[in-house]
Amino acid sequence: MNKIISFPHIGNYYHPIKYLLEKLTSYQIEPSPPITKKTLALGEKYSPSDACIPFKYNLGNFIESLEAGSTILFQAGGGCRYRYYAEVQEKILRDLGYDFQFIKMITKNRMSIKEVYHIFKELNPKLSRIHFFHTFLYTFFYIVYMDKIDVIIRKRIGFEVEKDSFLKTQKKMFQDFSSHHSIIKLTLSYFKYKIKFKTLKINKPKNCLKVGVIGELYTSMEPFSSYFLEEKLAKFHIEIKRYTNMTYLLFVKRFMKKKMLRVTRKYCKYTLGADGLDNVYRTIKLSKKYDGIIHTKPFGCTPEVGAIPIIKKVASDKNIPIIFFSYDANSSEEGIVTRLEAFYDLIKYRKEKK
Amino acid sequence: MRLKIGIPKSLLYYYYKDLWINFFKYLDMEIIESPNTNKEMLKEGEKLVDDETCLSMKIYLGHIVYLKDKCDYILVPRLFSVCKNEEVCTNFNALYDIVNNVVSDIEILNYNVDLTTKDSELLGFLNMGKELGISYIKAYKAYKYAKEKERDIRKSKELTQEANLEKDSIKILLAAHPYNLYDDLIGKQVIRYLNEENITILYSDRIKKERINEECMELSTDIHWTHSKEVVASINYYKDKVDGIILMSSFPCGPDSLSNDLISRKVKNLPILTLMFEDLNSDIGLMTRLESYIDILKQKKEESCE
Repeated sequence: MNKIISFPHIGNYYHPIKYLLEKLTSYQIEPSPPITKKTLALGEKYSPSDACIPFKYNLGNFIESLEAGSTILFQAGGGCRYRYYAEVQEKILRDLGYDFQFIKMITKNRMSIKEVYHIFKELNPKLSRIHFFHTFLYTFFYIVYMDKIDVIIRKRIGFEVEKDSFLKTQKKMFQDFSSHHSIIKLTLSYFKYKIKFKTLKINKPKNCLKVGVIGELYTSMEPFSSYFLEEKLAKFHIEIKRYTNMTYLLFVKRFMKKKMLRVTRKYCKYTLGADGLDNVYRTIKLSKKYDGIIHTKPFGCTPEVGAIPIIKKVASDKNIPIIFFSYDANSSEEGIVTRLEAFYDLIKYRKEKK
Repeated sequence: MRLKIGIPKSLLYYYYKDLWINFFKYLDMEIIESPNTNKEMLKEGEKLVDDETCLSMKIYLGHIVYLKDKCDYILVPRLFSVCKNEEVCTNFNALYDIVNNVVSDIEILNYNVDLTTKDSELLGFLNMGKELGISYIKAYKAYKYAKEKERDIRKSKELTQEANLEKDSIKILLAAHPYNLYDDLIGKQVIRYLNEENITILYSDRIKKERINEECMELSTDIHWTHSKEVVASINYYKDKVDGIILMSSFPCGPDSLSNDLISRKVKNLPILTLMFEDLNSDIGLMTRLESYIDILKQKKEESCE
């Protein structure tokens, strides 16, 4: 039987993950079908009702992948409930009668390169250490570069002159990034696209509105789960800043703890679990130059719920507008749009008054 | 004058009360416990935090507000990892900072347990002693004394539980976090009802400590919350020895939302009742479900006797 590997979606990261898996194994790689309302409905149907929304999206992704014929599924884990997703999801899928191999990327709450190597060695006995290490490094740079480009896009996309010019270029960029083998070529390609994005025509006023997006990782990285929040902000011609991305979560976060505790020492003595402290830190940072903050999270996200009273206190001390969005399976898009419009009016009014 | 230490009777109290009380008693300090939870406390707690905060956390903050102005210090620990490679619910990670930020004008006595940064419980207690002006040696002695007492009390509880297993009546395992089990607004009413019906209750937090790891692995290999492990282990251990299991959670509980689902998928052939406590108005509905559940168990028992 032909084996097909699949994994759930989070933003655009299926490009580098697909690259990594394709190079390391000899199987066919098919990321889950794109997230639609049906994905969420499927996930919602079979998930425990109180599970947070990323669980439901992931499960929906898995079911759609399995229906499409995948036989090997990948799941990772993080610092909160996310660490426990894999076991429960595997049980649910087995109860539904699917036959598949389930691979957990994270053991004992960390992803060590050694463990990952062993996982792939099992999938592909011919794998050599050098090849593994090279591909891993390539994927590392892939993610770093695409996140860097993302930062540029977020600053400029709200002011594009030609419609969709940024997204079209980004699409080409992913094709280009995935086609190389050497890291030097990847780097050259990165600089090429950096210049391209910086020279794309925009019409940006000097004192435009600036908003920071903070919050839980899944809802800030997967556009569908936040009802395309950033797209909506771009339509309001707002410059967006977002801290959470894969580069941060996988590589930068572990070096940030001391700095964050120093900056937030007036409010926090310890870390708050998952990304709680990070968001308090971001609120302080954003309050200096930005016009408003948007905090997103799934309904019932324990670490964020714990951090919210502290974030609220910081925001009121620093006098910066902040709005909280909490998504569950039944969130209405109209309600979100209305609140977002009101928030936009507020920050615009404040800016003009200044 | 003796120092007055306030201990909120909620959340971690139910895990560590023997340790705390004996530690401060040994150091000759006055202990002020908040009373059992009542509705006013919950209302006070609700005012301070977001709607989405879990019921148990709201109750905890209510206890803190009650203790305000009644003592010199209020004990609010912070836990991250109390066993190797395990974690606790993120609410306990943030416990100190939440209390510190939402309740003003209180003096907090705090210790930190985080094995990932090598902050052990002993170290936490020594530092806490230092803050109270007590020498390390004395604090160490007090800690050792309290730890021994804690162990003895746990042992005797485990023995009573074992003895209860021999009884002939209907036996039910109450599986929940102890702060839900013994809280007046949450588990107490269930316990009271079961007692009236002459049902033998087994508690999930009285399983033998050395059994936890092994029993838990049989149901769930990946669960990483120390406090949930106890519940899962007790279910695996007692599942063949009881007539039914009642799972109790406070809404919205992160760990329980997933582990309860896994439990009900893996434990078959045993009636499991899941009670979710959220707003207090819905208690009547929960009690009705409990009553009909007990009726079913009784009928089953009678049938098997015939």
